[in-house]
Amino acid sequence: MPLTRAQVERIAHLCRLELDPAEIPQFEHSLSRIIEFIGELDRADTAGVLPMAHPLPGLLQRLRPDAVTEQDEHALLQQNAPAVAAGLYLVPKVIE
Amino acid sequence: MAERPTLTQWVTDLRAGKVSSCELVRASLARIEASQARLNAFVTVTADEAMAQAEAADRDLAAGRGGPLAGVPIAHKDLFCTAGVRTTCGSRMLENFVAPYDATVVARLRAAGAVMLGKLNMDEFAMGSSNETSHFGPVRNPWNTDRVPGGSSGGSAAAVAAGLVSAATATDTGGSIRQPASFCGVTGIKPTYGRVSRYGMIAFASSLDQGGVIAASAEDCARVLGVMAGFDPRDSTSVDVAVPDYLDALDAPLAGIRIGVLREFFDPGLDARYERCVRDALALFERLGARLREVSLPNIPRSVPAYYVVAPAECSSNLARYDGVRFGHRCREPRDLEDLYKRSRSEGFGAEVKRRIMTGTYVLSAGYYDAYYLKAQRVRRLITADFERAFGAVDLLMGPTTPTTAFALGAKSADPVTMYLNDIYTISANLAGLPAMSVPCGFVEGLPAGLQIIGPHFAEQRLLHAAHRYQLETDWHRRVPERCP
Repeated sequence: MPLTRAQVERIAHLCRLELDPAEIPQFEHSLSRIIEFIGELDRADTAGVLPMAHPLPGLLQRLRPDAVTEQDEHALLQQNAPAVAAGLYLVPKVIE
Repeated sequence: MAERPTLTQWVTDLRAGKVSSCELVRASLARIEASQARLNAFVTVTADEAMAQAEAADRDLAAGRGGPLAGVPIAHKDLFCTAGVRTTCGSRMLENFVAPYDATVVARLRAAGAVMLGKLNMDEFAMGSSNETSHFGPVRNPWNTDRVPGGSSGGSAAAVAAGLVSAATATDTGGSIRQPASFCGVTGIKPTYGRVSRYGMIAFASSLDQGGVIAASAEDCARVLGVMAGFDPRDSTSVDVAVPDYLDALDAPLAGIRIGVLREFFDPGLDARYERCVRDALALFERLGARLREVSLPNIPRSVPAYYVVAPAECSSNLARYDGVRFGHRCREPRDLEDLYKRSRSEGFGAEVKRRIMTGTYVLSAGYYDAYYLKAQRVRRLITADFERAFGAVDLLMGPTTPTTAFALGAKSADPVTMYLNDIYTISANLAGLPAMSVPCGFVEGLPAGLQIIGPHFAEQRLLHAAHRYQLETDWHRRVPERCP
């Protein structure tokens, strides 16, 4: 079933994307195509098959020792930040 | 047709003092400059840094202490972080991003003496099969500039094909090394998931992404991969398995090797002339002593839909970090925090990236998670089990890399599913985490065709060996485009 404009807008909001109204029909169309295409999976018989999240089965995620490895590099890291002051990241006012 | 110099030849000549790194790098920089308007393979060229590195490499070589790749010109796909040099990922979002550290792959290649000439163009965030989604404009195929070079590592493949660099790093999430390698007539290897560190490699789909190399030959790939591969404590998915010497036994005979011919890859979508190139390659393997048998992997046709659930789901999670706060593009004068997020992301990402984020968010959302995401993960296990069964009876699997040779720019842009289906033969190896290569195996109307070789986990050496033996008998990989650059 094709997605409606309202559904596309809802998904965009969940993604924190603001779509240009002019481009919404194109997303409606292409996302509907994709969802129809992935819907083919429904026909696969997967009864009793466990979901596979990692491509190397049986491999355990490694843990690192609980030791400090990183230095304080905030001045270096904040060179990429769009807005900082006094070592803090600036965002629009959140709490009135 | 002219022949392409190989990295192996350059390594030998540099060691013998027949050529200096400064000479090679200067010549490469001149070729890059001459090609850029036509091919657009580079996003950033680091000429001054490269010359300084070349001088250092020449001093090391003269003192007899150069690393295994001392003085050799290479370039990195622009999603490997490079300290002090911007890393854009082909996106407006990261147009001005300068990583504070080197990716492990970058650091290892530098330590081995390789000279970085710059950063290579790519599909935005590695999402694309044609290099047309790059914010920095499409790369063009050196064999025919009306054609795409493939993607997402289009810049890497085009740069090697045009002889701009001797090797290039690349990444492969659903075919992004193999498909462009086949379209550009060069050799590419995607290693086993976990073989090459993902530290400093900008994430797209974390259970599928794997770094690798594109070069002129299997032997060249073996040299570069030997430096890139290996355990990295800074990547929690890096696997602690010893790296063999990939150059060891490359020349050994192939007699007795069991090759499975993947029936599902010879489907009606495969161009008949492309098929002939692949069948000829298989016949050559048989003459070299391989035993061929047809193998069927019944769940393979479901790879593309399964991938287009899993990859977008992981992408939507990974790309949530681009919020306009800590790094990356930020919109002007946000009204409030939500406006900051929404406009920064909408201005920073292109249409295909948005489409993948939205697809991923949809399949992970309440009410759809089981039907799409868990279902795709179950199908992923079925596909992986198909491969495991096959590798009980054969040593390698072979088939075409792509259904057709390089298509025209714009030919598949209108419908994303048509574009996605171009990766129909490559995606399954990513879902199963298997090593896979593309090797040039002929031409169809002047455009290269690729033979795909897939092996069991950590069998990179076996793939490289088979590819090298094939390349000793053929010259497809040595051919270069007429106008180059």
